[in-house]
This record gives sequence, C-alpha cells and structure tokens, in this order.
Amino acid sequence: MTRETLDRQLHHIQDEILLLGSLVEQAMLNAVQSLKNRDRAAAHKIYQADQDINEKRFAIENAILILMATQQPMARDLRMLAAMLEVNTELERMGDYAKGIAKVTQRLGDVEIKIPIQEIEQMASIATSMLHRALGCFISENAMVASQIPAEDDQVDRLYEEIYRQIVHTMIENPDLIDHTNLLLWVAHNLERMADRVTNICERTVFINTGELLEMDTTDDEEELDSE
Amino acid sequence: MENQMNHQPQDGQFAIQASHMDIYYGNFRAVKDCSLEVLPRKITAIIGPSGCGKSTVLRAFNRMNDFIPGCRVEGGILFHGQNIYAPDVDPVQVRKLIGMVFQKPNPFPKSIYENVAWGARINGYTGNMDDLVEETLVKAALWDEVKDNLKKSALALSGGQQQRLCIARALAVKPEIILMDEPCSALDPIATLKIEDLMRELSSNYTIIIVTHNMQQAARASDYTAFFTMDPDRSGIMVEYGETSQLFTRPRDQRTEDYITGRFG
Repeated sequence: MTRETLDRQLHHIQDEILLLGSLVEQAMLNAVQSLKNRDRAAAHKIYQADQDINEKRFAIENAILILMATQQPMARDLRMLAAMLEVNTELERMGDYAKGIAKVTQRLGDVEIKIPIQEIEQMASIATSMLHRALGCFISENAMVASQIPAEDDQVDRLYEEIYRQIVHTMIENPDLIDHTNLLLWVAHNLERMADRVTNICERTVFINTGELLEMDTTDDEEELDSE
Repeated sequence: MENQMNHQPQDGQFAIQASHMDIYYGNFRAVKDCSLEVLPRKITAIIGPSGCGKSTVLRAFNRMNDFIPGCRVEGGILFHGQNIYAPDVDPVQVRKLIGMVFQKPNPFPKSIYENVAWGARINGYTGNMDDLVEETLVKAALWDEVKDNLKKSALALSGGQQQRLCIARALAVKPEIILMDEPCSALDPIATLKIEDLMRELSSNYTIIIVTHNMQQAARASDYTAFFTMDPDRSGIMVEYGETSQLFTRPRDQRTEDYITGRFG
C-alpha cells in the first residue's frame, strides 16, 4: 500500500459520515417521541440537533473536496468520494425531515387530536433501521446486503397508506381539525421520504463496487397514479 | 492479447495498428504480444510503471528502435494497410509521416526559423518557406511569442517554448501521426498545460500518441488510454485499453485499478 495519507483521510471521512448518520437517526427517533409525548421542549431540542447536523454536513463536504483537490483520487477511491458527497446530502435532508416532524409537534400545541402514533412509530423504527444498516453497508462496501435493503421500503409504504386512511377518516369526523390533521400527513410523508432516501444510499454502495448507477426504487410511478 | 476496445470506429479504420507485436532487445523480450489499435485524430495515452515497455512500444510506431543495436520487432505495425517493418519500406519515409517529440526539448542550435524550415528543406520542399514557417508556428501555438525574433537562437527560448518549437519542427514535414515521449516531464505546470491545450488543438488534424508517467496528464489530455505493466517474466504487456473516461473511473482489470489508485507495489 502506497497511499497511506489518502487512506487515512478516507477512513476519517467515513467515520464522520457514520457519526452524521447516527445524529440523523437519533433526531428522527426523538422527533417521533416528541410527537407521541406532545413535548414541545423536546421538539425544540431537535432544531438545535439539526444545526449540528448541518454543520457536520458542510464539514464533511469540505473534507471531501479537499481530498479530491489534494490527492487526485482515481477509480474506486474517486467513486467512494463522489458517493460520500451524495450520501452526505441525503443524510442532511433526512435531518430536515426530523426537524419537520418536530415542527408538527410544536404546531399541534395542545390541540386534542387522534394521532396514529403506533403506525408512525413503526414507520420511524423501520426507516431508521434501514438507514442504520444501509450506512453500515456503505462504509463496509457491502453491495450485496445493501441491494436487499430497498425492498423493505414496501412496509414503509404500506404503513403510509394505512396512516393516510386513518387521517382521511379523522378529517371526515372532525372537519374543524382538518388543518391540524393535515400536519400529521406531513409526518407520515417525511418518514416515507426518509426510507426512499435510504434507497439512494444503497444505490451508491452498489456504485462504489461496480461503477454503475442503478435505480433501485422499483415503484412504478405511473401505475401508482392510476390506482389512486 | 485480445483487443479490449469498447468503441471502435464505424468504418473500422485505424490510424495505426500494432498487431501481436513482440519487441526484443537481444534475447530479452521487452514487449509481449501487443495489439493496439489507435484511432485517427484522437489522443491516445500510454501509461504504466517504469520498465513496462511503453516507450519501447512508442518508438516501434516509427521505427525509432532501428537505432538501438539488438532491438527487433516481431509481429507487425499496420499503417495504411502496410506493415511498416516490411523489407521494402523506407524507415525515413515512415518517420516523415509519423513524427516524434522527445522528453527533453532538443531544438537544433540554430535559429527558430531554421529549426522549423530544416525538415521541410531536406525533404525538398519547394513552396514559400516563410509561409510554411509561419503557418507551422501558428499551429504549434508559438507564433505570437516568437514572430519578431525568428532569427534568434532556439536555445534562448524557455523550456516550454522549445518543446512547442520541437512540435512545430515535427509538424513542418506534414506528418499524420505525432508520437510524444514524456513531452512535459522537463516542463513546469503552466508550460505543461500549454502543451496539453496544443495537443487538443492538434488532434483535430493529427493522431497523437503520448507516453506519460503523469497519470493526471493522461486523464486530462487523452481520449483513449492504454495501460501497460510488467509480466512476471519482466516482459511488458498491455493490460487494458479503453476510453480514458472509463479507464480512470471504472477500470476493468484489477492491475489497472491498483496502478491508477496508487496501490501498486
């Protein structure tokens, strides 16, 4: 091995990405808990956590750019760094989803409203677990396992549909609460998008191994529209 | 070795083509079974570690190896459908159509003008020499810098200018292919980039084959790249040949990957 400097710095950035991922996971779980407990103080803390996430995201991006400029990575190293730039952005956006859920907690205030919290918690649990494993695969460059993760998105989608049905039902029963009920749809939507973005991380893991950019999201958008 | 090109030209025409070529220095086989099809009006880079035979291959393309005692080429190099090593081929004629630029700028100790005019004159050029010198220096992106000092000694030019003058000298005899052996290794980064820009400019009319130790240069400046390495028996072999954009992002062979990511040896 003749590229100790490059390898050392690559590993450092990988560690930072794992750390960013765990901040995002924690922010998402905390956001859902703040909703469950209707805890506005806890929701406020997630805003602070999101700032930390954003700062780390920029620090990682900067480190990647410096490494590209100074070490002239090629082939697999280059693909790894390009993929890390992408994954870094995905993680930051997931952090925003957590913040979005915290915002819902705040905007709901003390309004009496039925929250499909069991399904929401389940969605959050699946999505964060997907993220956790997808990042593990990304760092260990395990494309085989990574390529199996996106299939779990189906469970998240089913939960989303279930929540959607419950929310529509609540809206019909309580037309006065339509605005507030609509906020709950945001929550489900954010969790659903988070799982989608995990798929992107898995795509990048395959890309590092093969150099091929492959779409793993198998949902047929047109068909989905027809059935709605 | 099987040719590994991805994108061959539609009409199957190559500027020059090495076919199952072996090159020996005495009993030592320096290059083994090399088949390399070079596309016209493209820049092809040859990269690889020291001793892998890349300069040997380059010199084979215009029979420059003829000057090395004990060196012989087996297999063939096809140029316009003819093996340039066939007995009836005049190597001087080959070198006229396939010019060469060397590692260290080597202008003649004469004026700038004479450096360009020399090759044309000994080839019996009868046109207007002033026009030829100007036209050639313009092509070599040197005219603006030297037009008021054509009688000045070429040795007074900077290294980068001298190298462009050597390129002009090669162009003056109207070649089809220009071989460049590490043309920038003695130049500073700015002069290097000027040569690379010039290569790009020239590639609309000429085929360029460049040997370089500088992988970044191959990545920046070439359309196609051939990677050579040394076999366990110390013969040079071509491992992979393809589009530069592919070879530096998704090499097919692990040996290429190890070399270009710097994890060789």
